[in-house]
Amino acid sequence: MIYRENGQFKSTYRADLQMLPMLQDRVFMAAFVAFAFLAVPFFASNYLFLSLLIPFLILTLAAIGLNLLVGYCGQISIGHAAFMAVGAYAAYNLVLRVPWLNFLVVLVLAGFIAAAAGMLFGIPSLRIKGLYLAVATLAAQFFTDWLFARVKWFTDYAHSGSVSPAPVELFGWRVDTPVEKYLFLLGVLVVFTLLAKNLTRGHLGRAWMATRDMDVAAEVIGIRPIYAKLTAFGVSAFYCGVAGALWGFVHLGSWEPLAFNLTLSLNLLFMIIIGGMGSILGAYYGAAFIVVLPILLNQVPQWLGVPLSTATASHLEFMIFGALIVLFLILEPHGLARLWAIGKEKLRLWPFPH
Amino acid sequence: MTFNRRSGLACALLAAAASALVSEPAFAQAKEQFFPVLVYRTGPYAPNGVPFANGYVDYLKLVNARDGGINGIRVSFEECETGYATDRGVECYERLKGKGPTGATAFHPLSTGITFAVTDKSFNDKIPIITGGYGRADSVDGTVFGWNFPLGGTYWDAADILVQHVGKKEGGLDKLKGKKIALVYHDSPYGKEPIALLQERAKMHGYDLQLLPVTHPGVEQKATWLQIRQNRPDYVFLWGWGVMNSTSIKEAIATGYPRDKMYGVWWSGAEPDVTPAGDGAKGYNALVFLAPAGQGQVHKDIVRHVYDKGQGAGKKEEIGDVLYNRGLTAAMMTVEAVKRAQVKYGKKPLTGEQVRWGLENLSIDEAAIKKLGFTGFMTPVSTSCVDHAGARTATIHTWDGKKWNLQKDVYVADQSIIKPMIRTSAEKYAQEKKLTKRDCAKESQ
Repeated sequence: MIYRENGQFKSTYRADLQMLPMLQDRVFMAAFVAFAFLAVPFFASNYLFLSLLIPFLILTLAAIGLNLLVGYCGQISIGHAAFMAVGAYAAYNLVLRVPWLNFLVVLVLAGFIAAAAGMLFGIPSLRIKGLYLAVATLAAQFFTDWLFARVKWFTDYAHSGSVSPAPVELFGWRVDTPVEKYLFLLGVLVVFTLLAKNLTRGHLGRAWMATRDMDVAAEVIGIRPIYAKLTAFGVSAFYCGVAGALWGFVHLGSWEPLAFNLTLSLNLLFMIIIGGMGSILGAYYGAAFIVVLPILLNQVPQWLGVPLSTATASHLEFMIFGALIVLFLILEPHGLARLWAIGKEKLRLWPFPH
Repeated sequence: MTFNRRSGLACALLAAAASALVSEPAFAQAKEQFFPVLVYRTGPYAPNGVPFANGYVDYLKLVNARDGGINGIRVSFEECETGYATDRGVECYERLKGKGPTGATAFHPLSTGITFAVTDKSFNDKIPIITGGYGRADSVDGTVFGWNFPLGGTYWDAADILVQHVGKKEGGLDKLKGKKIALVYHDSPYGKEPIALLQERAKMHGYDLQLLPVTHPGVEQKATWLQIRQNRPDYVFLWGWGVMNSTSIKEAIATGYPRDKMYGVWWSGAEPDVTPAGDGAKGYNALVFLAPAGQGQVHKDIVRHVYDKGQGAGKKEEIGDVLYNRGLTAAMMTVEAVKRAQVKYGKKPLTGEQVRWGLENLSIDEAAIKKLGFTGFMTPVSTSCVDHAGARTATIHTWDGKKWNLQKDVYVADQSIIKPMIRTSAEKYAQEKKLTKRDCAKESQ
């Protein structure tokens, strides 16, 4: 009843092509973004910012990046934390060696360096597909693990291999407090989400999706696979590179190569599988599921006043978390984003379903 | 009906979650000193994490049960499971730092990775990070690392003492020339810390240092020990943790490397490290900073006041194990720091910043050790604003198949080598982080 496009007429092609064609969606989205920017900083605690929201925002960015590759272009990668590592160490070295650069420039440059690495490791995708490609992308993971742990130049000869850059500064604004970090990251994420959404709606996204759905057919209609696949790897690694730089600079503040290990790669992949492949929104749901849920589960017994030992609570967390993953995949193999879409379709018919 | 019940539960959960997340703990609390406890009771490092946590918690319970708190201020504490993972450790730190009436007293991260990550936050939060015998070696320098306290010594001290010991065995440090020492280390900041010092010493004495990293968690070491079999180093230094230690010793047995030529850092020298290897572990040595295994007056008190009342955190038989005692001493030094700070700030719950003053003016001498019931497994510690370690003496203990036996020699780490290294490294950190150094002369007034 409330969620209908009745009476909303589109008289131009532009209006027909906009990202959110329904007025209700636009209002909801605008209100939501305003809420995230204006209201959240006032009521959220530091704990909420530092432990939940900040990791959530950064990993969402990385998940969007991976989703562009896996969900939109159909090329599986289980080594994407490698590109986050490339981004993080690139940013660290840029800040260290070219100190006068603005951090936003550093971020973009780090993204481009990661994109170059991504395209390099994407080359095997031109010859191999599916699970074989997945195994090939593992090489990226192991290579960067080795590179940043062994080649001392990248870590500025730190004796324990751990690097700790100075806090982020933008035009004299020191991004220091949890609220500032949150706002900065939120701004970055909004920009990159818009970019990703529009990329997928444009010719590049269509080329990716055509390649995903059937590469031979895509080639027949004139999409060059080398172009589609390598751009997907490049853009995806760019997103992950930026996310990696933010993860190191804003979230961790000091990190070692272990921070970008295989577990993170797998977590990124789980995020998009659970959130929904081929959906920008899915990256948000997936990141929320993987980042926030374990931490909440860990604390539930305490909130409810159930006296459990730390070890038991921790084991319970693993068990429930695992069970929930299985449950969601059985209930909706297309991910949480699909559940959301179903809900929206139902809402259109509400209250008179037929 | 079922729907209602389910949604009721969901609402309760949500409300609980919301209240816990949104509001800072603003309600009035009793006069308590809050001790956060970061533990790992699960995962590959649990065999070592559990006894340390038990010792730590048991001592806090003892302080409440026997003394009625710290000068009347009761101790409250809460555990948080890190699983030795840096990200979860940081989450735990954030979760616990604001609890209690005055916030967290001090953190013992019990992981070098977590230490590195929270060191960065300590400058804003003003909460001491105590890393007794681990953490960043350069954090001894209190002018740069204002909130880190590697009480009792660092990995550079440890490595230095191990070199001194093998030098002595050879009949003088100059005899090390041409010898081969292999460092088998956990491939993380923890394992990499001693490398700088071992290289420095290698330059001085001319021994050949071989670096053999082992990836986390360290259950796969075949390749590493194959290299040892080929190179036959004269000594193996083991810088492992958790399951990696016992695996190393088992591999040494399999390759036939003599265990009495193996020296573990003090995190590689507890019961869970040697017992899985059975009799083969006999002769294995490890470094001891503060607390070897054994029992003293404080253990009797713990049995009487805590375990006999059914309040013990672990099993009675495990009281007095190496790691248990280490947890005990860690808790004791923190409590003593609170006591020291109470002299200056009064007998009330103290903030992290006030506790730091206590930590910087800590002076636990022989008499105090005796009074606390720690005779035999504690060395005197005396800190200052500049020196956050307070002690750097250690001994070596050897496993005889049943228990750890202390060797007689006591070593002091050579500060003429370590101090300049600390200074350079701390300077570099201050520069990278754009920190302003503290002026200790001014603050002590």
